[in-house]
Amino acid sequence: MSGTMPSSLITSIGAGAISLGVFAVLAAGAISLTYIAGSDAIAANKAAAKAQALSAVIPANLYDQSLLSAPVELADYSALNLEPKALAYAAVKSGTTQAIVLPVVAKDGYSGDISLLVGIDFDGIIQGVRTIEHKETPGLGDKVDHKKSAWIDSFIGKSLSNTPLDGWAVTKDGGVFDGFTGATITPRAVVNAVHQGLLYHQRQQSVLYNAPQEQ
Amino acid sequence: MSTQQTKIIMNGLWENNPALVQLLGLCPLLAVTGSVVNALGLGFATLLVLVGSNLLVSLIRNKVADDIRLPVFVMIIAALVTIAELTMQALTYELYQILGIFIPLIVTNCAILGRADAYARKNPPHLAVLDGLSMGLGFAAVLVLLGAMRELLGQGTLFADMDLLLGPMAKNWTLVIINDYRGFLFAVLPPGAFVGMGLIIAAKNTFDQYQKTQRLKAHPLSEAGSKRVRVTGTIA
Repeated sequence: MSGTMPSSLITSIGAGAISLGVFAVLAAGAISLTYIAGSDAIAANKAAAKAQALSAVIPANLYDQSLLSAPVELADYSALNLEPKALAYAAVKSGTTQAIVLPVVAKDGYSGDISLLVGIDFDGIIQGVRTIEHKETPGLGDKVDHKKSAWIDSFIGKSLSNTPLDGWAVTKDGGVFDGFTGATITPRAVVNAVHQGLLYHQRQQSVLYNAPQEQ
Repeated sequence: MSTQQTKIIMNGLWENNPALVQLLGLCPLLAVTGSVVNALGLGFATLLVLVGSNLLVSLIRNKVADDIRLPVFVMIIAALVTIAELTMQALTYELYQILGIFIPLIVTNCAILGRADAYARKNPPHLAVLDGLSMGLGFAAVLVLLGAMRELLGQGTLFADMDLLLGPMAKNWTLVIINDYRGFLFAVLPPGAFVGMGLIIAAKNTFDQYQKTQRLKAHPLSEAGSKRVRVTGTIA
């Protein structure tokens, strides 16, 4: 570089930078204000949605305090493909745990992870299952979503004792659960994940039902 | 209504339709048009953001230097989309859960930046809003048409799950057009979107061509010079 930059260039860069900065501050300010004004409502909405999702897999007669009030940290989270510090939720009635809502993630779906909630009572019987997040093909694999199809209710009442080991598969693979026309991978992954949830419940039963129950 | 306003509306809906002529915003367009309900959801959200960004850009059009206008527009659009997302989370959480995944996609829709730069920065607010409204409606119409084609071919239904967007009153809107349909995966997956989009563009071009020949037959000398097909603004 020889000599100095022409002063007009410096002026125009300066003006541009300042004006860009002003707009950046205004935009960030507008977003911050919206965030501050709405963050309480958003947190409340998220908690309500979560409580609603949990209550969908546990019948109301199994608990008498909020399902969110008794979280249980899962020691062996990796067995269910969960992140560290993942929480299960205990359904507590009259101070004793009646059932557990286990989060389970299926890694072997058709596209991406399938997140499930599995409600299991003390005897290891499934009370309900919901898909809470998935990216399966619309119209085919997305029938695992309760909003689209009641298929996922076919798990209700199943347990490790009333369904043999080779029954935990879709009918195409010789199991007891229906598959969908044109999509076998998705229900196969969900059946497998629910089965893993039941096995975890059986293995960890003493831990899950002895956790302190906060009121 | 003045001829200028009529022209803006016709431009957005037909002659310079963002999806069919400018071919802008194809990423969200192809990604979410698997069913009518998804298409309508994204179309509506895009319409709102487009009107909002056109209004804001038009309001500040004399205060931004030409050299930095694009980063400023991008910032306005991104801020607007984020605010819309936060507001929906706070006020209508259920709607957010349905449309949530589409909202960030709107930022990637170059039709919005395109209209800000090609139109809103050169015109007064009321015309910019009208332009945003027409372009947004034109975009939404193509989304819904493509969504309907793919839903019909892919699943044999129309208007399935509309209650996710419009509430319980739409619960029974599902029209089963073909009973016991086995499903046509190709139409549901992205390749079906490309083919469907191509067919719609071809149909529009055929119709325009037909109209042009009819016009030439009636007034042989009326067509003067060549007409630009794509109008996305001048290059500065």
